[in-house]
Amino acid sequence: MKIGVLLSRVRVEEKWLFDALDKRGVEYDRLDDREIKFDITQREYWQQYDAVLERSISFARGLYATQILNSWGVPTVNDSQVAAICGDKLTTTLMLEKARVPQPLVKVAFTPEAALSAIEEMGYPVVLKPVVGSWGRLLSKINDREAAEAILEHKETLGSYQHSIFYIQEFITKPGRDIRAFVVGNETVCAIYRSSPHWITNTARGGQGMVCPVTPALNAICVAAAKAVGGGVLAIDVLEDPQRGYLVNEVNHTMEFHTTVPTTGVDIPGMIVDYTLKVARKKVAEGYVMPMGLQHPAFLFNAMLDLQSTEIDPTEAA
Amino acid sequence: MSGSVNCPECDATLNLKDVVAGEIVQCPDCGVDLEVVSVEPLAVELAPMEEEDWGE
Repeated sequence: MKIGVLLSRVRVEEKWLFDALDKRGVEYDRLDDREIKFDITQREYWQQYDAVLERSISFARGLYATQILNSWGVPTVNDSQVAAICGDKLTTTLMLEKARVPQPLVKVAFTPEAALSAIEEMGYPVVLKPVVGSWGRLLSKINDREAAEAILEHKETLGSYQHSIFYIQEFITKPGRDIRAFVVGNETVCAIYRSSPHWITNTARGGQGMVCPVTPALNAICVAAAKAVGGGVLAIDVLEDPQRGYLVNEVNHTMEFHTTVPTTGVDIPGMIVDYTLKVARKKVAEGYVMPMGLQHPAFLFNAMLDLQSTEIDPTEAA
Repeated sequence: MSGSVNCPECDATLNLKDVVAGEIVQCPDCGVDLEVVSVEPLAVELAPMEEEDWGE
């Protein structure tokens, strides 16, 4: 049994994962994503790994590395399809909608004019998010038309092409906190409230952690969200809407847990390692799927067709 | 690995305890992120700048 740990930096999370691997006596290699090279015709070297735990900070490096590995039959945690879905907020939204997992309303537009129209249909305030991005960066809460016009113009002028995919989300008046829940396989293993006086509650932005009880309802929506994106080891961000209850905001596939472990006392790194070992032993059905790159366009197109044929009833999510 | 190194940005002395190669530490004086590039001998360099697709 040999595990590869693909990483960009050794954060506290990676140190804890190494400890968990050491404690279990597992042989493993550290694979720095700045140094690795893949020869597309030479898969044998990589097939020495029974599984690769993907911990890249870079979404793109993690995605393409897992695509290559999965195409060679090397299972990864998480697999490349899950990374492709979770790394893109719009694709995540489509998968959640397809599985009828309650989430905030979302509109998408491709020009500032269409985006402004979509925003006004939704009503202020709204949240504009980059489809790819993390740690709460470049999230915009837009309170009025003047702000909308300014942000849309800036995004179109200054941003890469991805910033012209306008992802518009209804603003949820949450109670000064959101929930970060961890799903491993078929179970929500722990959760924390992330509280902040700021509307962005990411701990990367100063949000404070407190234990959140995993109720049957919270477990159900989190497991449903994890399954909707393909399953594995996932961190689900959940909002509490005063009327509709739990809404899934985002699903993260290479999560940080430096706040959750000391807050909850739950051994998340140990659970991640145990899950990775199960995948390595081929005891997890979803441990290997076809690489997303081969499926992505048709997959997304089909999801959008499904979306067009489904009337979104926000009251149904209650 | 434990020991002392100097910050390449501000020359402050960093006393590092139980660090591993690849770990990111912060200079207590100037606040810059530093990467432990080697533990024997102990050496740090400026950490890579955060990129747009970085995150969790």
